[in-house]
Amino acid sequence: MKKHTIVALVQDRPGVLSRVVGLIRRRGFNIESLAVGHSETPGVSRMTIVVEWEDVEQVVKQLYRLIEVLKVSDVTHDPIVEREMALMKLHAPPAKRPEIVALTEVFDAKIVDVGANTMVIEMTGSPAKVQNFIDVIRPYGIKEMMRTGRIAMVRGARGHTAEEFVESANGHAERVPAMN
Amino acid sequence: MSEKRTGAQVMCEALIRNGVEVMFGIPGGAIMPFYHAMWEYRDKLRHVLCRHEQGAGHAAEGYARATGRLGVCIGTSGPGATNLVTPIADAMMDSVPLLAITGQVASHVLGKDAFQETDITGITMPITKHNYLVKRAEDLPYVFEEAIYIATTGRPGPVLIDVTKDAQQATIVPNWNIKLDLPGYKPNYRPNLKQVREAIKLILSAKKPLIIAGHGIIMSGAVEELRAFAERTRIPVITTLHGIGSFPEDHPLSIGMPGMHGWVHVNRAIQECDVLFNIGGRFDDRVTGKASTFAPNAKVIHVDIDPSEIGKNVKVTVPIVADARLALQAFLDELPPDREALAELHSHASDWMEHIREMQAKHQPKQQYINRANTENMSLPPHDVYAALSKALNSRGNYRVVTDVGQHQMWAAQLIDWYRPRTHITSGGAGTMGFAVPAALGVAIACPNETVWVICGDGGFQMTNQEMATIVQEGIKNIKIAVINNGYLGMVRQWQELFENKRYSGTPLSGPDFAKLAEAYYWKGITVEHTSQVEAAIEEAYETDGPVLIDFRVEREANVFPMVPQNKSISEMILESPHKS
Repeated sequence: MKKHTIVALVQDRPGVLSRVVGLIRRRGFNIESLAVGHSETPGVSRMTIVVEWEDVEQVVKQLYRLIEVLKVSDVTHDPIVEREMALMKLHAPPAKRPEIVALTEVFDAKIVDVGANTMVIEMTGSPAKVQNFIDVIRPYGIKEMMRTGRIAMVRGARGHTAEEFVESANGHAERVPAMN
Repeated sequence: MSEKRTGAQVMCEALIRNGVEVMFGIPGGAIMPFYHAMWEYRDKLRHVLCRHEQGAGHAAEGYARATGRLGVCIGTSGPGATNLVTPIADAMMDSVPLLAITGQVASHVLGKDAFQETDITGITMPITKHNYLVKRAEDLPYVFEEAIYIATTGRPGPVLIDVTKDAQQATIVPNWNIKLDLPGYKPNYRPNLKQVREAIKLILSAKKPLIIAGHGIIMSGAVEELRAFAERTRIPVITTLHGIGSFPEDHPLSIGMPGMHGWVHVNRAIQECDVLFNIGGRFDDRVTGKASTFAPNAKVIHVDIDPSEIGKNVKVTVPIVADARLALQAFLDELPPDREALAELHSHASDWMEHIREMQAKHQPKQQYINRANTENMSLPPHDVYAALSKALNSRGNYRVVTDVGQHQMWAAQLIDWYRPRTHITSGGAGTMGFAVPAALGVAIACPNETVWVICGDGGFQMTNQEMATIVQEGIKNIKIAVINNGYLGMVRQWQELFENKRYSGTPLSGPDFAKLAEAYYWKGITVEHTSQVEAAIEEAYETDGPVLIDFRVEREANVFPMVPQNKSISEMILESPHKS
C-alpha cells in the first residue's frame, strides 16, 4: 500500500473531524498524520491527512458524501510544498550543548528553550528533513517529542480554495420531486 | 409569525411546514416536551404509538418506501434512541428518506452519563446521511429545514436530529426566514450530455445489450421513461431486488432478477452481454457475485446519483452522475429519431433476446426449484403458497407486499409476478429481519385503500410482531400477514445444508401457535397445513374486515434455487441440493 497525502476543505462545524476520521476508521486504515486548522476563508477548515490507502479515489468520493466536506484532493502526485514541525525536549547537559547547537544550525532548527539539563528545539521543514534531524539528534536523548503532522499545499497558481463554495452558498441545488 | 413558541412547538411547526402528516414513535423523559406540544397539533400531525422504537423506525420506512415521501420516527434519549439504530442503518443502505427525532438529556448534563443519556449522534454518524445535535431552540427552524432537505434530495437517506430537553422547553420567537447554507451539498441531477451521447454510441454498436433497472428508477419516478427507452431500443431489461416493479414482468422485454437468487438465464445474459446499462442500481455484491468475474465481456454504462457508487464495485466505461429519470429523458432525447438508425441495434437485440428466451425456457420453470421428486406427498411446498398469492394479488389488484428477510423474501421476489413500482417493499441492503410487520404498518397508513400483504418467515416475524397491537390500536384493517413457517431460520439452514454438511447449528426454531397469537392480538388467525387449503385461506383473509394472519406451515427444508454461493461468480449457479431427499 502506498502512502497518500489528502487535502480537504471542510465547513467548521462541530463533529466534522469525527465524520472524516470515522469514514477512514470504517475501513480499518491507520491515519499516519492529520493536521487541521483554519484556511484562508472564515468558517472553512483545512485538513491534511496522510494515510496508507489502496483505493484513494473511492475514499475521496466517499468523503465528498459528507455534507460538510467542500473539497478533497489527493495531492500525492502533485508538485507540493509539504511542511511539518516538531518540538523536542533533549537531554542536554552543558558538555553536550555545543554539539547540539552545531547540529541545529546545520538543520536550520531553532533552540527555543534552555534549562539546567534540557533544551527544547523547534524543527520545521519537509517531513523527510524533520525525520532526518530526529534521527541525528536521537542519540543525545529525546525526553519528549511532538510532531504536528504534515501540512501540504500545491505549488504554483493551481489552488485548493473554498472561495467558490462560499460564493455559491445561496444557490443550493434544485429540487427534483419524485413522480410516483 | 413572530409569536413566542417553545422549542417543541417549533419542531411540530417545522414538520407541518415540510408536509409531514404522520409520525411513528414512543415517548420518554427526554422527548416529553415534544409530545406535550404535539397534542396541540394533532389534527395536522398524526402520531402513531408503536410498541418498540425499532418498529417505529421501520414503520416510518414503510411509509416512505410506499410513497417516496419523508418518513418520520421518534424516540426518547438513551435506549429509545439506540432502538432506532437498526431502522436508521436499514434506511441508509436502501436510500430511504427518513427523519429520526430523538430527545436528549438537558445540555448542562451532556457528557456526564445522565439518566438515559447515550451519544446518539456519535453512534449514528456512520449510518446517517447527516445528523444534528441541537442544544438551542433558536437553531431548530433551520436544522429541521436542512435535515428534511438533505433526507429527501439527491440520494435520499436517513437524517437524525437529537434535541436536548432544554432546547425543547426553551421559549423563543422562531425565525422562519431560512436560507439553506449547504455549500458542500449539491446533488447533481442533470446528466452530462456528452456522456449520454457517448453511452448511446456504445448502445448503438452493441450486439448483446442489457439494461439493469435498479431502485433509482422507482425513487426518481422513471418508470415511464424506462419503458419508453427499452421499447425504442428493444433492449432486454433486468430488474434488481429493489428494481422490482420498475418494469412490468409480463413485458416482452422483461427477463427477470439477477444475482445470488436470480434466474440462470439472467445471470448468463449478464455474463454474455457486451454492453451493460445500469440505471439506478449500485452493483451490490448480491447482484454481482464475485465482482472481478462479473460481466467480463461488457462495457458498462452506469447512471447513479451518488458519484461514490460509480466504479465502486464494477469498472465503468461511461459514468453518468444523474437522477435516473432526468438521465433517461436525456437518453430518449438523444436517441436518433429515425428508426433506420436503430435498425441494426433492433436486429441484434432481437437475436439476443431469442437467445435469452431459449436459455430461459431451459432453466426457468419455477416449480423445478422445489427439487423434490415426490411433491404430491408433501403437505405444503412453499411454492404453492406463492403461486396462490401471486394469483390472488394480481386478480384483485390494488396491493402492496412487504417482505422480510430470508428464504421467503427470495421466493416472493422470484415467484410473484410484479407489475407496478412500490408494490414490492423489502429490506435489501441491510437485510433486516423483523422489518416486514412494522414496515407494513407504515405502508397501510400511507395506502389505506390498498391491501397490504406481509410475507415473512417465522424467524423475522417473532422479532417484531408486537406491532400487531399497534395495528389494532390504530384501527388498521388492510393488513394481511402470511407467515411462511418452516420452523427454521431457513436461509441460514439452507447454507448449512449446502455448504456446512447439514450442521444445523442455531437454526431450528420453535414458535407459538401463530393463529392463536393473532387471536390474542384481536386479529383473525388461520392455520394452513396443506396445499388444498391455501386458496380458501387467502380468500378468507380478503373477505375478513380486519387484519388477518395466515400461518402457512410449509415444508421445513425447502430451498431457494437457483443460488450463487457467496463470493462465487454468477456463472457458477447451484440448481439443486447435493443431498437428495
